[in-house]
Amino acid sequence: MKSKRTIEVNHVTRVEGHGNISINITDGELIDAKWQVIETPRFFEAMLRGMSYDMAPLLTSRICGICSISHTLASLRTVEKAMGVRVPKIAQRLRFLAKHGETIQSHILHLVFLAIPDFLGFSSVLPIVEKFPDVAAIGVKLKALGNDISDLVAGRTTHPVSLVVGGMSKAPEKKELEKMKIRIQDCLNDVVTAAEFCKASITLPQFMRETEFVSLKGKGSYPWIGGNLISSDGVVKPENDYLEMTNEYKVDFTTSKFTKLSRKSFAAGALARLNNNYKFLRPEARKLSEEFKLGPVNHNPYMNNIAQLVETYHIMLESIDLIEELLDSNLDKVVNKYAVQEGESTGAVEAPRGILYHHYKINKKGKIVKANCIIPTTQNNANIHYDLKELVKQEVDLGKDDDQIRLLCEMLVRAYDPCISCSVH
Amino acid sequence: MNYLGLEIERPKIGVFDFTSCEGCELQLANKEGTLIDFLALLDIVNFREISSDKGRDYDIALIEGCISRNDEIGRLKEIRSTAKVLVALGSCACFGGIAHLKNRFSMEDVVEEVYGEHKVETIPVQKISDVVEVDLELPGCPVSKAEVEKVVVNIVTGADITFPKYPVCVECKHNGNICVFDLGKICLGPITKAGCGAICPTGKVGCLGCRGPAEDLNFKSFLKIAKDKGFKKAEIKEKLSFFNAFDEVANHEI
Repeated sequence: MKSKRTIEVNHVTRVEGHGNISINITDGELIDAKWQVIETPRFFEAMLRGMSYDMAPLLTSRICGICSISHTLASLRTVEKAMGVRVPKIAQRLRFLAKHGETIQSHILHLVFLAIPDFLGFSSVLPIVEKFPDVAAIGVKLKALGNDISDLVAGRTTHPVSLVVGGMSKAPEKKELEKMKIRIQDCLNDVVTAAEFCKASITLPQFMRETEFVSLKGKGSYPWIGGNLISSDGVVKPENDYLEMTNEYKVDFTTSKFTKLSRKSFAAGALARLNNNYKFLRPEARKLSEEFKLGPVNHNPYMNNIAQLVETYHIMLESIDLIEELLDSNLDKVVNKYAVQEGESTGAVEAPRGILYHHYKINKKGKIVKANCIIPTTQNNANIHYDLKELVKQEVDLGKDDDQIRLLCEMLVRAYDPCISCSVH
Repeated sequence: MNYLGLEIERPKIGVFDFTSCEGCELQLANKEGTLIDFLALLDIVNFREISSDKGRDYDIALIEGCISRNDEIGRLKEIRSTAKVLVALGSCACFGGIAHLKNRFSMEDVVEEVYGEHKVETIPVQKISDVVEVDLELPGCPVSKAEVEKVVVNIVTGADITFPKYPVCVECKHNGNICVFDLGKICLGPITKAGCGAICPTGKVGCLGCRGPAEDLNFKSFLKIAKDKGFKKAEIKEKLSFFNAFDEVANHEI
């Protein structure tokens, strides 16, 4: 009789949204491993039809509760490029700072609250609060820092208020920015402490699968908003050619689409950004990366966790400089007037989980006629799917039992920090 | 647990999400200054977004999101049959929220627009109270964590739960803001239930009414102001319909 093993994880926990893992092993051989997104789609592209251009950022912000600032910025960039709206430089810097707050908040939420419990053998962050109160305190402090930066600049982290077409509806008070700068400086050491803890207590699973990494291409600095697109296999394209970079297709076992470029799948996210733009990291962040033996091109998906930590450090250092620049600037005029115009364009932004594209066609009355949004997790779905197959095969050959395989698979999915409701949208 | 010298039982709580962005759930992990104390007040037995524990013995169920697929109906009814208190969390749960904008079109049309020939299942968006009985509604996009905290503390301590009856305008004036209408933008602050601290008008953008109608609202006056300021019917209607919170007042009066 054949020995059949089935491993099912229905609704992977500690991720945003609903996804399942389904594995079949017969006679010690992998028959199938699937990554299934079962989230209910919301049809944002359809909802956008007929909407006024200035409602688009407000609506698409609601694609995601965690990275709503990135969605707002991608949406604003698309509208502004399509209608030829110029944004004051100082407003661009403010938006950039709001975005940095979001990335800190998102990375720390994922690392400390969602990913690290697995490495310590816990089912959630709650036991960490009891057993490692210092680590939990650092997590809470850094997450609060990220939220407070975004709150200060954008009015609110989840579904921001003051990011508007043409710039910002309001600038923060300089004395508040000054205080925030001191707070960020004070938190730098906490990242170093968190890194020490990770080095001492966390062993990343040994797994590699060569893949392609897609992100924005840095130009003089680590990239976050707009610019060319790049892949680790050497593809470079302008922002507007995003469809050639994503090649979305539909598979029958999941509600989210899959994407590919030079290979059968590619990855987006912190590890992709770092692999493609390592030289633009701040020296201090690069040093931190080296301590984890993380350098380009790294093909261990679990390293995405460490890439997030390295980016957090980089972002905090960059935020301090941004605030200094803002303190030396006149913050009176943060929004430009503009005229509604017909147009079509693409906005690409590096959301915490990877490169995000919005594309709109706007008519002369300022109504959206056609919209498309391609989400980082959508771009990661195929990569997660093929990683799972390879990982299960490796672990079956090593003679691991069902529970060990289940945990490693869940940890793999979590390492990508998937934002599933986003990916379905 | 001890609170003000009284022995208090920690309520068992479950947090569940349906069609949504999960931003309301995320708020529960925010407001970090009081997060550890807030968590100590509760016995979280089921909260998929942050924990792998899947307990079924919850007394309070917090529900985020709206209903947009048939399988969600069964799941929601099951939660209702377990929970003693069911709270609709956020504008999607309370009104259908932004997801409701899909209902402007036929379901075939929206599926075709996004998925082409690959069909996926979807039904017109329903709010939570369309499907099961709701004990308490906490609207907001996202919900205010301070308000959630207050409500949970009141449930734990047995205190009355009350909400402001006045509109966002009152909070906005209290913040000393310039009226958003005077900045040339439409604002639903005069007719929207307060409790958010007038966060949008304070950021110099119009309120979009995510908390739904205030108790004593004067819709006719609001319409007159908006029209006098030169805003067209279609513009006003687009704002009013954003969270689907004003469908009853707006549809027959505008």
